[in-house]
Amino acid sequence: MAEEMRIVLRNYGKIDPLKIDDYIAQGGYKSLEKARSMDKKALMDEVKKSNLRGRGGAGFNCGMKWSFAASAQADQKYVVCNADEGEPGTYKDRLIMEGDPHTLIEGMAVCAYAIGATKGYIYLRGEYLFLVETLETAIAQAKEKGFLKDFDLEVRSGAGAYVCGEETALIESIEGKRGEPRFKPPYPPNEGLWSKPTIVNNVETYANIPVILEKGADWYAGIGVASYPGTKVLTLTGDVVNRTFFEVPTDTTIRDVVFTFGGGVRDGKRFKAVQIGGTSGAFIPESLLDTRVAFDDMNAIGATLGSGATFVMDETRDIVDVVTRIMKFFEHESCGKCTPCREGTARMHELMEKINEGQGSDKDTALLNKLGNVMTYSCLCGLGQASPAPALTTIKHFAADYQAKMK
Amino acid sequence: MVSITIDGIKASVPDGSTILQAARSVGVAIPTLCYHPDQSIKANCRICVCEVEGNRLLQAACSQPVAEGMVIKTRSPKVLEARKTILELILANHPQDCLNCIRNGNCELQDLAMEYCIRENPFEFKVRGYKKDFSTPSLFRDQDKCIMCRRCIEACSVIQSVHALGVENRGHHAMVVPTLGMDLIDSPCIMCGQCIHACPVGAIGEVEYIEDFLKAVADPDKIVVTQIAPSVRVAIAEEIGMSTGEMPMETFVTGLRQIGFDYVLHTNFTADLTIVEEGNELLKRLSTGGTLPMFTSCSPGWVNFCETFYPDLLDNLSTCKSPQQMFGALAKTYWAEKMGVDPSKVYSVSIMPCVAKKFEAQRPEMNASGYQDVDVVLTTREIGRLFRMSGLDFTKLPPSNFDSWMGAYSGAAVIFGASGGVMEAALRTVYEVATGKTLEDVNFTATRGITGIKDAEVDLDGTKVKVAIANGLANARKLMNQVRAGESPYHFIEIMACPGGCIGGGGQPITKANAKRVERIEAIYVEDENLPVRKSHDNPEVKALYDEFLHEPLGHKSHELLHTHYHDNQKKYL
Ligand SMILES: Cc1cc2nc3c(=O)[nH]c(=O)nc-3n(C[C@H](O)[C@H](O)[C@H](O)COP(=O)(O)O)c2cc1C
Ligand code: SF4
Ligand code: SF4
Ligand code: SF4
Ligand code: SF4
Ligand code: FES
Repeated sequence: MAEEMRIVLRNYGKIDPLKIDDYIAQGGYKSLEKARSMDKKALMDEVKKSNLRGRGGAGFNCGMKWSFAASAQADQKYVVCNADEGEPGTYKDRLIMEGDPHTLIEGMAVCAYAIGATKGYIYLRGEYLFLVETLETAIAQAKEKGFLKDFDLEVRSGAGAYVCGEETALIESIEGKRGEPRFKPPYPPNEGLWSKPTIVNNVETYANIPVILEKGADWYAGIGVASYPGTKVLTLTGDVVNRTFFEVPTDTTIRDVVFTFGGGVRDGKRFKAVQIGGTSGAFIPESLLDTRVAFDDMNAIGATLGSGATFVMDETRDIVDVVTRIMKFFEHESCGKCTPCREGTARMHELMEKINEGQGSDKDTALLNKLGNVMTYSCLCGLGQASPAPALTTIKHFAADYQAKMK
Repeated sequence: MVSITIDGIKASVPDGSTILQAARSVGVAIPTLCYHPDQSIKANCRICVCEVEGNRLLQAACSQPVAEGMVIKTRSPKVLEARKTILELILANHPQDCLNCIRNGNCELQDLAMEYCIRENPFEFKVRGYKKDFSTPSLFRDQDKCIMCRRCIEACSVIQSVHALGVENRGHHAMVVPTLGMDLIDSPCIMCGQCIHACPVGAIGEVEYIEDFLKAVADPDKIVVTQIAPSVRVAIAEEIGMSTGEMPMETFVTGLRQIGFDYVLHTNFTADLTIVEEGNELLKRLSTGGTLPMFTSCSPGWVNFCETFYPDLLDNLSTCKSPQQMFGALAKTYWAEKMGVDPSKVYSVSIMPCVAKKFEAQRPEMNASGYQDVDVVLTTREIGRLFRMSGLDFTKLPPSNFDSWMGAYSGAAVIFGASGGVMEAALRTVYEVATGKTLEDVNFTATRGITGIKDAEVDLDGTKVKVAIANGLANARKLMNQVRAGESPYHFIEIMACPGGCIGGGGQPITKANAKRVERIEAIYVEDENLPVRKSHDNPEVKALYDEFLHEPLGHKSHELLHTHYHDNQKKYL
């Protein structure tokens, strides 16, 4: 039977998050010390070799990203933690920050050393105000103990816009501007915050770093699926028995997540679909449940792993209605910068609403398909690119639900 | 250099080129909307997307740099579908108003709709229905036609440093609005009209006064008199399908008579007059310890800027009215008297490169003649429309001359149209007035060109005068901050609100790139070179004006008719 494996949540519930000595007693800050004793290139090679890939959604090789910023020439570099966690149903980053803030701080300090940064920001979701104190206390403790040296770390609260989780919108927001994505390239490791080389990583990504340095890249690379090794924290919501969180190796299948860890569908009902990765995640039917929760495996079925939010739906759910609400969400959250998303999200919602109200026809699903594809290919940022996925995947996998609503 | 393939064409292009630049260099056209050659890359319209082999997503050609071995397809089915869908999305809430639109026939969106054969739009047609903003006498905004490319915002913020425009709201509610959602007139907008040039569509335009003009022409009681600003001739050619500078002045004059003007006179005349007044004002300030540096005051967008952002420096502004307003004041006094006509019947129309002039003409203090000195201001573009409306064939029109009294001018007046021209014209006169010597070489080339800030030093027989020139208000701001800090080394500063000077004014034919402004500047200096009189104070009609009417520069009559005062117009919320 599949088993949980706790790496980023290793200290969760075991230590007092506000006591740095508890963290130290678990071997905390040893990895930072070790990192600082290493040659920077060797350090980044180690992170690369672990094949740790970003846990914020894009899945980029973490060590590789760091090495870009390390080799960029600049008088100032920044380390930023993306703790915006705006995805409905996701709270994995909160778990880490609330239960073990020092692992995040340690991970960021390692990055700062590796790339040569002296300033860092934790960009915290606006709704997580209650975590500001925890993080600031932890930072003060780490400073007092002398762990941070010349690395100055600051907490910044977000403004509540979903798009500010996108790394360049986040950077604009820290700069005090309207939270809108920038076009890429240039990528943040070359030109980020105030145009300086900047690493933006997710909370979960940083939290892996101390363990990788402690136990070695080879150990980490051997866990789960080789192309996306390690674990993933999944948060289960919807019509599932255990509405809770799990940290599992990436070779765990969706079926295990829903039925083993999740305990199956509630109230003895039948499974209909699961949406993984957040609001823009694909809707996955029964037939694809043997897919592993690893980046490329998910991509191969036209889905994404995203934040690891797992929303389970039973047979009674009105799929078309759910997707209509999702399209309304994206219409609202589009920042409005680029044409296909600004206009497209509103049109996707309009068409879904028409179908949901029984006024639609096959022409409308065809138009949704065309528009959704164009948005996927043409939008400026991930929000617009990913937003059509719920509509596109349900039209594909749940055609009968649409047919049932046609006039 | 990197080697790439575009639509099967192999090419070697410089490192760091974008796909758009690379494609253009091999003759492959890629459509754009948010791209502007003189602005930063925005990559927000997405109309330029292309396929790059190995990439699942399409790439924006305007922002994507090429890489070694890149294989690009600019018109694959996937690309065409994306572009067409994006156009359909834009058009599905764009007023279907081309026939009534100020940009009909000169609109980047209309061109694309034509090129991509947009026929039936699959999306439901829904115009947003925003309120049009006609709050200023100079320019209007029609937000329903806005495609959110943000080129106007960059023109206003970066080129002009005015920051009157910004984005409000998100998603499909996002819109361009003047500061705090106010009407343009209440915002810090200084009415330069540079946003009109930046706009690819008809979302911003000049307030037209064509109907007022036609009504006056139709009225037998009205004597319709016009003045043409120095920079209009070089640009008007572009409006009627000729090359920049190609319209002969004499044919232009005939054209104006054809569309209904009774008398065709020239702002160049009062440009010369301005130089005599302003040159003497400078010499007086220099000799009597007056406020220095003195700023030129002929650019009404710049005057608005000074009143809005530097009210503490209004004493530095020359009190001379702009040539347009000097002309207006004289047309209904000196000219009417000379011609023996009733000034109340004179309908004074100015033809200007500028939309701020429309505002200037309506300033309450501009009534020195006892009437509104200038009744209506028409831009070069409006005159272009009147010419087209009249169906004139300028290749066949016979030449004719300006009417006398206030029609004669020097080369110094002509160069008013280009940044640095007022300075050069002033120096030609100031030198001779101050030293009593004849200036052998009238060309001060240091003052010429489209460079943002230029400076020079002139030796007036031992007295060294330092001068500076700024075009575009972001450049002006730099000089102003220096003055405000008490660190300005200059005695005389020329400022033109618009990049390149009046040849790039907000009322000129839409300039899609600064290259066009440079072309117009060149045409201006050719005209100056070819004129027999090159110095303002040598203009025989100006001499006559002083002899018969004004008596002396800065005298009592001049003070009454040719000089003005300014107002603190600092916006309270700034
Ligand atoms: C609309 C949108 C929202 C996003 N929200 C988040 C978020 O809340 N947290 C996060 O870590 N990454 C988010 N991302 C991904 C970030 O852009 C970026 O890829 C990530 O922070 C990189 O860190 P990683 O390499 O550690 O994953 C979002 C992306 C998009 C397009
Ligand atoms: S895709 Fe949407 S959220 Fe992203 S830049 Fe475009 S409008 Fe903004
Ligand atoms: S802005 Fe262009 S497309 Fe729109 S109505 Fe005017 S001419 Fe037509
Ligand atoms: S007219 Fe000039 S100041 Fe006014 S909004 Fe346009 S660019 Fe800005
Ligand atoms: S008003 Fe014109 S220039 Fe400004 S954003 Fe709209 S379309 Fe672009
Ligand atoms: S021209 Fe490239 S995105 Fe607008």
